[in-house]
Amino acid sequence: MTGIDPRGPRFTAAVTTAVLAAVLVSPPAVATVLVALQAALFASGVALGVQRTPTGLAFRTLIRPRLAPPAELEDPQPPRFAQAVGLVFALVALMGYLTGAVLVAQIAVGFALVAAVLNAAIGFCLGCEMYLLLLRVRGRAPTG
Amino acid sequence: MTGIVILAVALLVAAVFAAYRAHVDGRFTPDHEPAGTTTWDTVATAVPGAARGSRATLVQFSSAFCAPCRTTRVVLADVATKEAGVNHVEIDAEQHLELVRSLHVRRTPTTLVLDAAGHEVLRAAGAPRREQVLAALSAEAVAR
Repeated sequence: MTGIDPRGPRFTAAVTTAVLAAVLVSPPAVATVLVALQAALFASGVALGVQRTPTGLAFRTLIRPRLAPPAELEDPQPPRFAQAVGLVFALVALMGYLTGAVLVAQIAVGFALVAAVLNAAIGFCLGCEMYLLLLRVRGRAPTG
Repeated sequence: MTGIVILAVALLVAAVFAAYRAHVDGRFTPDHEPAGTTTWDTVATAVPGAARGSRATLVQFSSAFCAPCRTTRVVLADVATKEAGVNHVEIDAEQHLELVRSLHVRRTPTTLVLDAAGHEVLRAAGAPRREQVLAALSAEAVAR
């Protein structure tokens, strides 16, 4: 496993928190654009891995050189999975804004924001933790 | 206006959850199995080839997309190496969903502490620190 600096995804989550907070305090037209932008960021994380998102690259080039080396590296797959979970929330919110269901959109953004701020602050990964519950609900694993 | 309320609620929920996790994570609490087969028998049936420790066994449930599982594996494997009679058994939850259900495992990582006879005595959800594991091993119910 080629590990990544665990502070990178947390920086990305901090940026996500800021964007989603801005979404909630912005008028719907602005909020729609910001949510679309955040959805695009999540999509880039799913497609390329969180370390290759614009925020991941910013962390690597601008912030990490100023920090001491990380105590240990982490697997990039869990943060990548979390980006997919975030993308689902962002798309629900975007659809809400585009159809005028602003409250639904704001609630979806609220959930995404809770996940993002917990990830940034304490490294908690909501999507990762949901994975086991999803397995239990889905039933027997395909390989038995 | 509702956006600001949702933002405030989201931040409050995150703060409360973070405090809850800080309290619960890695904390070993008593957990007694129902009368009948021991936890070890249940584990050994599902995972043939697993070896029980002569003094205690640390059974770790892990899953994919679980960064704390890796940390836990390192800690438990290290303790098992350095403590006589203590074995570490790691179980992939996805491959053993029936075990996950019968042992009521809801999160990964979950660490079960089994005594010399294979009875479950303590369990902890979330990644335990090394000193928490050592304290759990010297807990009276385990050391007996």
